[in-house]
Amino acid sequence: MSHFIDRRLNGKNKSAVNRQRFMRRHTKQIKQAVSGAVSNRSIQDLQSSESISIPTKDLTEPVFQQGQGGVHDRVHPGNDNFIAGDKISRPQQGEGQGSGDGQASDSGEGEDNFIFQISNDEYLDLIFEDLALPNLEQKQQAKLTQTKTYRAGYTSDGVASNINLVRSLQNSLLRRTALAASKKRRLKEVEQALADENLAQDRRQALQLELENLKSRIKKVPFIDTFDLKFNNFVQKPVPNSQAVMFCIMDVSGSMDQATKEIAKRFFLLLYLFLTRSYKEIDVVFIRHHTQATEVDEQTFFYSQETGGTIVSSAIKLMDQIIQDRYPSNQWNIYAAQASDGDNWAEDSPICSKILDENVLSLIRYFTYIEITHRPHQTLWREYEQLAQKHEHFALQNIRNVADIYPVFRELFKKEVA
Amino acid sequence: MTAAKGKQLLPQGPDWTFEHLQAYDDEIKRIAKHYRLDTYTNQIEVITAEQMMDAYSSVGMPIGYNHWSFGKKFIQTEQTYKRGQMGLAYEIVINSDPCIAYLMEENTLPMQALVIAHACYGHNSFFKNNYLFKAWTDASSIIDYFLFAKNYIAKCEETYGISEVEDLLDSCHALMNYGVDRYQRPQAISLSEEIQRQKERKEYLQSQVNELWRTIPNHHPTPQNDSERFPSEPQENLLYFIEKNAPLLEPWQREIVRIVRKISQYFYPQKQTQVMNEGWATFWHYTIMQHLFDDGKVSDSFMLEILHNHTNVVAQPAYNSPYYSGINPYALGFAMFTDIRRICEQPTEEDKYWFPDIAGSNWLDTLHFAMENFKDESFIGQFLSPKLMRDFKFFSVLDDDSQKHLTISAIHNETGYRHIRERLSQQYNLSNIEPNIQVYSVDLKGDRSLVLQYVPHQHTPLHKNKSEVLKHLHRLWGFNVRLDELNSAGKVASSTCVPIASAS
Repeated sequence: MSHFIDRRLNGKNKSAVNRQRFMRRHTKQIKQAVSGAVSNRSIQDLQSSESISIPTKDLTEPVFQQGQGGVHDRVHPGNDNFIAGDKISRPQQGEGQGSGDGQASDSGEGEDNFIFQISNDEYLDLIFEDLALPNLEQKQQAKLTQTKTYRAGYTSDGVASNINLVRSLQNSLLRRTALAASKKRRLKEVEQALADENLAQDRRQALQLELENLKSRIKKVPFIDTFDLKFNNFVQKPVPNSQAVMFCIMDVSGSMDQATKEIAKRFFLLLYLFLTRSYKEIDVVFIRHHTQATEVDEQTFFYSQETGGTIVSSAIKLMDQIIQDRYPSNQWNIYAAQASDGDNWAEDSPICSKILDENVLSLIRYFTYIEITHRPHQTLWREYEQLAQKHEHFALQNIRNVADIYPVFRELFKKEVA
Repeated sequence: MTAAKGKQLLPQGPDWTFEHLQAYDDEIKRIAKHYRLDTYTNQIEVITAEQMMDAYSSVGMPIGYNHWSFGKKFIQTEQTYKRGQMGLAYEIVINSDPCIAYLMEENTLPMQALVIAHACYGHNSFFKNNYLFKAWTDASSIIDYFLFAKNYIAKCEETYGISEVEDLLDSCHALMNYGVDRYQRPQAISLSEEIQRQKERKEYLQSQVNELWRTIPNHHPTPQNDSERFPSEPQENLLYFIEKNAPLLEPWQREIVRIVRKISQYFYPQKQTQVMNEGWATFWHYTIMQHLFDDGKVSDSFMLEILHNHTNVVAQPAYNSPYYSGINPYALGFAMFTDIRRICEQPTEEDKYWFPDIAGSNWLDTLHFAMENFKDESFIGQFLSPKLMRDFKFFSVLDDDSQKHLTISAIHNETGYRHIRERLSQQYNLSNIEPNIQVYSVDLKGDRSLVLQYVPHQHTPLHKNKSEVLKHLHRLWGFNVRLDELNSAGKVASSTCVPIASAS
């Protein structure tokens, strides 16, 4: 007797644990591959899933095997032209004849890579592992200004549009029953008594009167009373802000070449992805500046060419303005990242620092400044350094080339050990 | 077979239902009985492609313990499958009682019928009746043992940490091929006995090891005999030796070594009977399907699909084909069983000369005899006929690394038959394929170092990853480990040690 069992509905992820074990064991290599990927691959698809490639030699499970050499006499099928005693020259490595050891890639020299896909979530998890948004917790409590409406039972007063019909009519029925029950009972008795043929005339009249009286009193119990009305009750509960706005500020003066902008763009993108993990909705505001600042769309921001001098404060001012106009800080979590090559008109730097110090920094969650340059720092950096000492949520870092982006990003957002 | 009943076609598919499968199973079972196929009860499980990948990666264990290497295997399978480089097997069958067979839901009805015949009656009867499986595996208790192993290892992970257990398993896996007994039969026991014994074993083993490594001075000095070695005979079962003698292992570690050893032992017969097992199953799915067709149970189109798949399975590319990757065990096995039947039914003069004892005998008796009493090596040595060698156009190539040229040592002709048959048989001899490494001695009185010996087969050196394997052995043994490679004169030619620093 054979038994058939339909296992198709059983879970298919029987191997999930083993896959995790694999990931766990190779965390180091996978992380390396991921950080390589962050700086190497094209930016547009940073959010799609990632192929991870690990050197095969890190994955081998060695066992005792026979190596090359020795004397072998092997049988093969399909003889087409050989007779016993033929001598043939040794075939090149990897050709079909030496079928004894078909695992060339296991021998160590073949730097074959073991490539596999990790999901987008796993990828982002790895990128942002151990990172946290700074100062999030203290502020969240203070700024809980957004609320959400929840139903909370019934109440006896409210606006007409919230009347709950079922509850109201239940109350009405209850009240009418309560008020009329004794009278109805009496009414029944009276009717019964009247039905008696032998009733005395005067008694009959009295009962008749009572009957009328009872009927009118029953009639007077109102069908619905304000007392019956029940309304759906709603309460407002504060919820953490789930919306954030990210300001990207970039210098587009003549000194910023395309390569520098590319670095900046990657940094902004990382920040954006990171924020998407904490917030549901994110607005991105692009501000570019040379001597003047303008708010632009993404395409213009990254790809249009500009020239001219540099006045950073123009951008800071514009940002301040935009915050005032559109993003009240009690409703929005505001993040800002500024990228520049460090060039600024020397007398402007203290102004930047001042605006940030007095206006902007009190409104926003975190401000990061990255300077993409190989040259020594200039006035802007020095001003900002002082600022960073005063404000916890202001950070600055220097990036020299593409490979620095990810480490610098990690440095900026590393989880602080309490 | 009555014509009226026999002409009734079974459902023809291509889509299948469980009722269809049941109908086919009933018919196949009837035919299998006709051919005296003796099987365990079948437990046929229909699974999806994803589940098939899970089954793949657990290397034939329906209940496997957790280890990263299975995860790696899963990822590899998933990758190649998704890229379309590899199709999944139509079935996987487990040597257990009841015999578990996994069928893929994607298979068409004709394929499901083929697979049921192949796995549930072919492989199943092989598992139940081949002498190696009878002697070395206990089908009724293996699922319980897998379960025991999984739970035990999970418990160890909880108690001692995942990393600790993982390291130990890595080391055991590296030596897994050296965890089999070749000459002793293990006894079959049930799960509850196993658990009970495991507890006793834990205490007993530890006491034995302590006895061996006793450091308290002996007050009754016995006459010293320095020439006495430990172990007195070289030991080929390295994992067994470690389980019983490694000085530093905790009891739970010994138990895990034992688990890996037991599982290795369970799979050992399968490694030795690939050609026979697949050949037997293929022969029977072919024969049973033909029988169904002759009975008028299936249609021409049904049969064409069966034959199409069957032909793919038994294809043998020639040595110079880009698809050549050694001898296809399905092709060789199927051809041999078919050939044995031919020799019995229509022997030629040549067959009568080469196989006087089976030529003209009852083919079914002979086939069962061959299946029950041989493994690949002896099966080929016994039954490979000159006709098959001609059909396959076998030739043998002598590759001597001291010579500049390869030499064709024999081809499929009168002078070459015996040589080719002998060479092909040896190609399936595990002791020629797996390096012969044995525990030679332990320095009991000194630094407790362990010495292994490798006896090369035909001057073949060891693969250079040997030092990696030795590191694993070192982890288990806990003291220095040395591997001596002997030359043809039996002298030590070279030795590999694991420096303490590099072994962690």
